[in-house]
Amino acid sequence: MNCPDIYTDYMHDYLDEEITPDNETKLREHLLICADCQSHFQELKKTIALVQSTSHIQAPVNFTSAVMARLPNEKKQVGLKRWFRRHPMVTAASLFLTLMVGSLITGWNEDQEFSVSKNPNLIIENNTVIVPEGKTVNGDIVVKNGDLKIEGQVDGNVTVINGDINGEKYLASAGQVTGEIEEINQLFDWLWYHMKKITKDTVNIVK
Amino acid sequence: MEALVKKRILQVLKGDQDAYGEIVELYKDKVYQISYRMLGNRHEAEDIAQEAFIRAFINIHSFNIDLKFSTWLFRIATNLCIDRIRKKKPDYYLDAEVAGTDGLNMYSQIPSKTDMPEKEIESLELEETIQSEILKLPEKYRTVIVLKYIEELSLIEISKILNLPIGTVKTRIHRGREALRKQLRHV
Ligand SMILES: [Zn+2]
Repeated sequence: MNCPDIYTDYMHDYLDEEITPDNETKLREHLLICADCQSHFQELKKTIALVQSTSHIQAPVNFTSAVMARLPNEKKQVGLKRWFRRHPMVTAASLFLTLMVGSLITGWNEDQEFSVSKNPNLIIENNTVIVPEGKTVNGDIVVKNGDLKIEGQVDGNVTVINGDINGEKYLASAGQVTGEIEEINQLFDWLWYHMKKITKDTVNIVK
Repeated sequence: MEALVKKRILQVLKGDQDAYGEIVELYKDKVYQISYRMLGNRHEAEDIAQEAFIRAFINIHSFNIDLKFSTWLFRIATNLCIDRIRKKKPDYYLDAEVAGTDGLNMYSQIPSKTDMPEKEIESLELEETIQSEILKLPEKYRTVIVLKYIEELSLIEISKILNLPIGTVKTRIHRGREALRKQLRHV
């Protein structure tokens, strides 16, 4: 192709919809007499059509929830507001809560010592409490500021405050804990846990 | 749409994380599409697209509310894609595709090609060809071609997203078109 580059430039200007009427006329006149430029132009138009023809693909399912799960934790203030919305029972008991919260938060902050409910079958290594394989712990276990590893069985409820339950992934299949399992790692959970406990205790007294 | 997005951004700025979920819903397909066409691998595309939304969230306070949110978001996404392309060894791609490990090409998404009508197979193969030719473009041409012809954005928007003068964007589109023409003319 020995045509001046200017015709290729016109083609691109045309494709960008930015060609002047004068230049468009020049391009059209040239295309009528030049087979090379004509096929070049056709190829460009075909290329664009091909690229545009690729079907639009969509983000995978659960994309949004995956993003939301990876976001850093939100500011506590809004979290607290939403938490109240989701637990209307607590909002109703807000007067009671106001009286309690101060002392509980203080409790949360001060109470950083490792502790566990006493049970002869529990083994304690550093800050990890172990329910040994083959052993059964009768009664509830509460671990504070430590982790719990469940290799054996627990006949009761399990609560871990400020720690992890390591054996968690096995629980569903093995059914090693007969009661409820709860991990408490945040101030709100801590408050909630106490609210429930107080409610439960109250119910028991009423009974 | 921009008005709704701005409302949500203001909520996010006040600390309401849920409002961000709506923003993700609105733009997820576009951001994923840019990433997929730039990277050619669904797995990586998902990773980069998620990363783009997370970075946007973390830096939302630095977003100028008077601007178009999509421009800013697409800039984050294209920058992440370009970074990923630059870090990647050129032969990484081929290996991954030969191994066919995680649904990297369109075929592997479809269990049995033999059950499909001839025409669908053909259009699928054509689409694969086009995608692989886009991937052969140097990244600076690939970016503008994807933004222009797949996202259908204007030259002005592209120049804002890439933070490049409009003349540079035009030149890149012209060169990208020419390169693709040579690759696709016999298709
Ligand atoms: Zn000519």
